[in-house]
Amino acid sequence: MLLKRLTMANGVSGNEDEVRNIIIEEIREHVDEIKTDRLGNVIAIKKGKEGFPRVMLAAHMDEVGMIVRSIDDGGFIRFSLVGGIDERILVSKQVLIGKDRIHGVIGAKAIHLQDKNERNTPLKIKQLYIDIGAKSKEEAEKLVKKGDYVAFDSEFIEFGGNLIKAKALDDRAGCGVLIDLLKEEYDVEIYGVFTVQEEIGLRGAKVAAYNADPSFAIVFEGTLCSDISEVPEHSHITKLGKGPALSLMDSYTIFSKKLNQCIHETAVENNIKIQYRQPSPGGNDAGEIHLTKEGIPCAALSVPCRYIHSPSSIMSLEDFEGCKKTAKLFLKGIKKGEYVCE
Amino acid sequence: MFVNKINAELLKKLLMTFGPSGNEEKIRKVIKEEIQEFADEIKVDALGNLIAIKKGKGKRIMVASHMDEIGIMVTNVDDDGFLRFTNIGGVSPFMSLGQKVIFDDETIGVIGMEKLDDIKDLKLNKMFIDVGLPSKEEVIKKINVGDVASFYSPFIYQNECIISKTLDDRIGCFVAIEALKKLKDTPNEIYFVFTVQEEVGLRGAKTAAYGINPDLGIAIDVTLTGDTPKAEVMDVGLGKGAAIKVKDRSIIVSPKVKDLITEVAVDNEIPFQYEILDAGGTDSGAIHLSRSGIPSGVISIPCRYVHSPSEMVYISDVINSIKLLIKVLEKEKINI
Repeated sequence: MLLKRLTMANGVSGNEDEVRNIIIEEIREHVDEIKTDRLGNVIAIKKGKEGFPRVMLAAHMDEVGMIVRSIDDGGFIRFSLVGGIDERILVSKQVLIGKDRIHGVIGAKAIHLQDKNERNTPLKIKQLYIDIGAKSKEEAEKLVKKGDYVAFDSEFIEFGGNLIKAKALDDRAGCGVLIDLLKEEYDVEIYGVFTVQEEIGLRGAKVAAYNADPSFAIVFEGTLCSDISEVPEHSHITKLGKGPALSLMDSYTIFSKKLNQCIHETAVENNIKIQYRQPSPGGNDAGEIHLTKEGIPCAALSVPCRYIHSPSSIMSLEDFEGCKKTAKLFLKGIKKGEYVCE
Repeated sequence: MFVNKINAELLKKLLMTFGPSGNEEKIRKVIKEEIQEFADEIKVDALGNLIAIKKGKGKRIMVASHMDEIGIMVTNVDDDGFLRFTNIGGVSPFMSLGQKVIFDDETIGVIGMEKLDDIKDLKLNKMFIDVGLPSKEEVIKKINVGDVASFYSPFIYQNECIISKTLDDRIGCFVAIEALKKLKDTPNEIYFVFTVQEEVGLRGAKTAAYGINPDLGIAIDVTLTGDTPKAEVMDVGLGKGAAIKVKDRSIIVSPKVKDLITEVAVDNEIPFQYEILDAGGTDSGAIHLSRSGIPSGVISIPCRYVHSPSEMVYISDVINSIKLLIKVLEKEKINI
């Protein structure tokens, strides 16, 4: 399964090679042109018919993770975070370090040894380390170097009612959607962009949009889903299994009302479940894309994912399929002259 | 109907027209109709900025005043018909409590709060909007998730001042419109831009500036004052003239631009004051960083109680700002 390969690949921001290679291999035969820009974005072009707009479709390849800062005298690895991770979820998680995928466990002082005060305060990054089973600094240095990237080690599992559990669904879910979209034929010109470094500030999208200069853009994401019992309904953001979610507003973007309306109508007319993502903090590549050059209207269509930015995110395959189907039908439905800039 | 020395009828219309960030359709239409006959060319860009061009041979000057206003967006409708909401731009929970909001369809709602043990814990997610309908079923016929509203408060013209919502920045739009109307032949090429989405991060000005690529940028916006009891120290007050910005969080005004505006004010005996603003920023912040850099400045209208439903400006400052803007735009041989 493609989604399995995508989520099992490691691609912490700035280190997207593994993901990039899978994507290029997967889409090569289906696009007219493919290139990797200076920052590492993959840009895949499918030519369109005359009079139809150029559409940028974006999904980010990178995932949140960690990076090696130093190795201490005992051979334990000290690290920094790359992207937004809740420090409290780190203890006891398994990780993979560097290209050689060295196994490690994030360790901390055992509960037996913690005083009352320590038990009541979440552990900080500084109190954590990665144990790679090395006996000494020298031994550790043979396996791991400063600057090596660290990704969560987490199995891709299908479970429950058509659900999957994996790491990096934010945004391999979006990559999966975009790969699938590139395998279809359209009248519009498609600039499919798999961006780098979204998790640390929408950086790849900024330069990719400058280059693509499209009539409009759609961003595909794995997004927040907090539909659990103790959270009041007005803070759910999205609901699992209720279809892909269209963004209205986040910290960086007020999304195009026109695009939202058309995409929503496409889903409803075709009996595909769709929901709006409740406005909330956070952001995605649209934040940079829509402010590029003279302005680019943007929409974001996302697959709801519980527990994003953790090793164990959960999404519904039905929402994932709904996202692909909605986008496909919307793009195929664009008529000559629509959305074309003056 | 002209009250005193300004076109109060137009000002009232600008202030009462709906336009939270990202939803500037109605205010754009009002402004477009008002300025149509005075501009050589009018266009609307991809993000919705309204651009009115007055042709000329000299410097290319971008005048930016933002059309959008702060407001709220609905995030959820509960079974009893209460609406949860989030802010669009800088909305204070304390300023909002007990206020009324108005939606695009003119439905009015009241902002209430959950029971709190300590009012200091007041946050927007503890608050809701009540539109006076008994059930979700009834409410969603009119209002849904994603709908936006602006604050609702009357226009008051009293003594020498205006009290209203959204003086930030419809008063800037008013200044630009009046300048455009009164501007005779100009030696410069002027782009009057009524920008979108300033309140959420100077977004419209960024793309407009890229498109226009001006030689000089001038934003027209309100600024805070330091002339109320125990206010933060700030040397700007109502009635002391147009404010020429020196710096804020978004820009250090190019000394050349500051000196240019000052020189025009002095030469034409227009009362002015310098503005150094600790918090906040305006469209010039985005304009001056466009492309390879654009010298930019700001003419500010001093305003008390900014981002409340009861903002206050003095008429005299508004008139002086219009005069100052016109004289800057009419200046020949601008050396920037």
